[in-house]
Amino acid sequence: MSTIKKEMRMKKLENFMSSFRSNTMGMLGGGILIFFIVVSLLGPLLFPFNPLEFGTAGNALQPPSLSHPLGTDNLGRDVFRNLLAGGRVSLMVGILATVISMFLGTAVGLISGFIGKKTDIILMRITDFFLVLPWLPLVLILAAILGTSVWNIILVIGVTSWAGTARVVRSQTLSLKERPFIERIRAIGADDKTIIVRHILPNVFPLVFANTILITAVAILSETTLSFLGLGDTTRASWGMMLHYAFQSGAASSGAYWYFLPPGIAVVLVVLAFTFLGYAFDEILNPKLKRR
Amino acid sequence: MDNKEKIVSVKDLRVTFEIKQSFLQDLFSKKQKIVKAVDRVSLDIHRGEIVSLVGESGSGKTTLGKAILNLVPTASGEILFNGTPINFKHKKEVQAFRQKAQMIFQDPYQSLDPKSLILDAVAEPLEVNHLVKTAEERRERTIKALEDSGLAPGANYLYRYPYELSGGQRQRVAIAGSVILDPDFIVADEPVSMLDVSVRSGILKLLLELKESRQLSFLFITHDLSLAWLISDRIAIMYLGKIVEIGSADAITKSSVHPYTQALLSIMPIPEVHRNRERNVLQGEIPDPTEVPKGCRFNTRCEHAFQRCFEEEPGYTTISSDHQVACHLATEVKHD
Amino acid sequence: MSLLTINHLKTYFDIKAGTVKAVDDVSLSLDYGESLGLVGESGCGKTTTALSINNLLPAEGRIVSGEILLEGRNLANLSESEIKKVRWNEVSMIFQGAMNAMNPVMRIGDQIAEAIILHKKVSQKEAMNQVKSLFELVELEPSRVRNYPHEFSGGMKQRAMIAMALACDPKLVIGDEPTTALDVMVQAQILNLLDKLRKELNMGIILITHDLSILGETCDKIAVMYAGKIVETGSVEDIYDNHFHPYTYKLLTAFPNIHKERVMPEAIEGTPPDLVHPPSGCRFHPRCPYAKAICQETEPAMTEANPGHSYACHFGGVYHG
Repeated sequence: MSTIKKEMRMKKLENFMSSFRSNTMGMLGGGILIFFIVVSLLGPLLFPFNPLEFGTAGNALQPPSLSHPLGTDNLGRDVFRNLLAGGRVSLMVGILATVISMFLGTAVGLISGFIGKKTDIILMRITDFFLVLPWLPLVLILAAILGTSVWNIILVIGVTSWAGTARVVRSQTLSLKERPFIERIRAIGADDKTIIVRHILPNVFPLVFANTILITAVAILSETTLSFLGLGDTTRASWGMMLHYAFQSGAASSGAYWYFLPPGIAVVLVVLAFTFLGYAFDEILNPKLKRR
Repeated sequence: MDNKEKIVSVKDLRVTFEIKQSFLQDLFSKKQKIVKAVDRVSLDIHRGEIVSLVGESGSGKTTLGKAILNLVPTASGEILFNGTPINFKHKKEVQAFRQKAQMIFQDPYQSLDPKSLILDAVAEPLEVNHLVKTAEERRERTIKALEDSGLAPGANYLYRYPYELSGGQRQRVAIAGSVILDPDFIVADEPVSMLDVSVRSGILKLLLELKESRQLSFLFITHDLSLAWLISDRIAIMYLGKIVEIGSADAITKSSVHPYTQALLSIMPIPEVHRNRERNVLQGEIPDPTEVPKGCRFNTRCEHAFQRCFEEEPGYTTISSDHQVACHLATEVKHD
Repeated sequence: MSLLTINHLKTYFDIKAGTVKAVDDVSLSLDYGESLGLVGESGCGKTTTALSINNLLPAEGRIVSGEILLEGRNLANLSESEIKKVRWNEVSMIFQGAMNAMNPVMRIGDQIAEAIILHKKVSQKEAMNQVKSLFELVELEPSRVRNYPHEFSGGMKQRAMIAMALACDPKLVIGDEPTTALDVMVQAQILNLLDKLRKELNMGIILITHDLSILGETCDKIAVMYAGKIVETGSVEDIYDNHFHPYTYKLLTAFPNIHKERVMPEAIEGTPPDLVHPPSGCRFHPRCPYAKAICQETEPAMTEANPGHSYACHFGGVYHG
């Protein structure tokens, strides 16, 4: 029996992949993302980068050359290698922070929407609180209190971005809750927990998944912003840190485009990739949204 | 009939809902609007019997059906299942009750989880109640339930999704999901009203077969009096939360007393040409359920209404051993 | 000259899976003040036929061939701008579920007035007056033009929809399942109303439904459709009492008849066919208990039983005994 289920899952995956292949946005986004993931994983292995290893003063802010394809930064470090290493951090922070945000947001949304009454009121007030809190001041304060390690950054971004998901999941749960098939499951004798996990969650999942992809884009951008503002983890290379140092060292005014352009473009491309993927998944998983 | 064992006994049941008002309405109106969905209803269902609950929207028939299964909260009155009240405290008691009393819903397009395989949908009652131990047993019992519901070979349906099946097939899946627990009593809420006419009799035949083979009792909820006539032993006519007439299928269709029943019978569509058939198409519509008319609630549309009908709510008059009616006309007739 | 004559209409839909032959050679006619019931299971093409008249087909649909003659004028040939003048002015429609498609934040009277102003170019005040008289016509209180949709019951909303359909004094009104979602009593009221209006205004009415039993008192003629084709057409007496096609017989016996024996009606075996690849020969043959070899090979032509009564079956009346 489980082999039949396995076959069905394979078939579903095949169907999904073929719809995906015909979706240009998705393919583009997927392509860019795969490129960056491969580069981030292999790059630092082939071209290792140590942020604490400075070059000589004379080597600072050199334009691209054969030995340094993207030039050097203000401390004489190779920008190209920095870029490769930075990908890892940006992607890792983005993905992990999103995982936290998604779990928290989905759990709160499901429980709040399904159980309703007092629980819903309390949870929604908390959600609203996080929703309207000015993000930047909050993040600054948290960073100041918790410190600027990469794990704290992941935590901070996760904690400040779950509220949107919670709201979205809650509305979907509210509407699903009234559907006749849920009434039927109740009539069979299922308890709340079973209903939420077995029936509400799978029906909410397409929404959550598409939402997650988009939040990942936001999370990567958030990390970049934080680092740019100087709140990032200084012990690790990240695109945001590169931008931070680039501006700090006056690379913009001195025309050292090779320093700030590459990380900027990298962030834009990755965020774009996730956004395209998010739209593509939304279209595929919610066929009603397909353009005629 | 009275000597037969009662499987369900409803006594003086009241189910009310509050209407959610807008903020402004709340501010300006004095009292909370209440809908008396079920207004002091008593009903007995005997073992092996099919009782139909017939009424239009707002009659309270679906609410009554759900109340009997403990799916909506009740305001007052008593519901007994196999002699025991159903206001259970413990989860185990509730679960045991649910195994014996099941429901079939109206909309086959909405009553199955679109993301669940048929196997999972039908087997779920077993899992939720911890009635199966092995995957093999689960599969076997599901196949049997599907085949008992007319979907054979059952194995072919296990790994399909609801969207792959027609309305009639989906309804059979829903029925399979209900009978797999081997219940004693089923509430069928308009089980065929959303199906094509040509498919209906198949489902109705199935319900009758299940009644015979498994000694099931049914509460059949419908707005279609002709279906009720076809399938039931007894019919109860509901209007605005009250049973206005109840009797055997023959008594109701051949010798009804209540003007509402008679009006329903006269307008019933039949596949015959009756150009000048006497149809008593009632004027107006069912009154606002938050403002039930004083006296007999049918007085706003009844052509026979007289003084008493506007002052006093009629009690039940017994016409014969299995025929009761709530109408002042009946008592007048009796006194003649 | 009859009000409406449809000659050999073919309306197909182009979808990914192929071409759906939704309406495949349908002919019918309707006179002024006459009412025709178009009946069949879901997917048989009855709604598509109705939508073809006013060319309200979705993008994938197109009229392939045939004529739709309204007072002699072929509507199938008209351009979009020409048919716009026909829509609502001459042919209007009560859509399935329309009563639930009203704008919830606009007063009912205003919504109907909108339709009037669009077609008749009168002032708002004049339009409202017309709406009030329309309300009287459909047995609604004129003062209720100021109500919002949520303040109307199902039956009242449907009356409002009928009022909207009558707004421009059409010659032909098409009701697509106008009573399906309504209570039996309200259903009877609405059918009575349509009948009254038809006689008063001498309108032609086409009633589309899957429920053959409601047509007994309200229609003059009935056309039974199956899989995009008309299988039998005739007066309501012909269809009920003297039918020839097995499908008509099956449809009629699917309803319990309280005046007769208490017997479970027979279901119709099988499911409606795929209209991209319809069955060969007679489209009903896979589900017909009387089918023979010829039914699979040759499509039956329309045979006239008597004037105005035709059916398409090789063995018409076979089940009569």
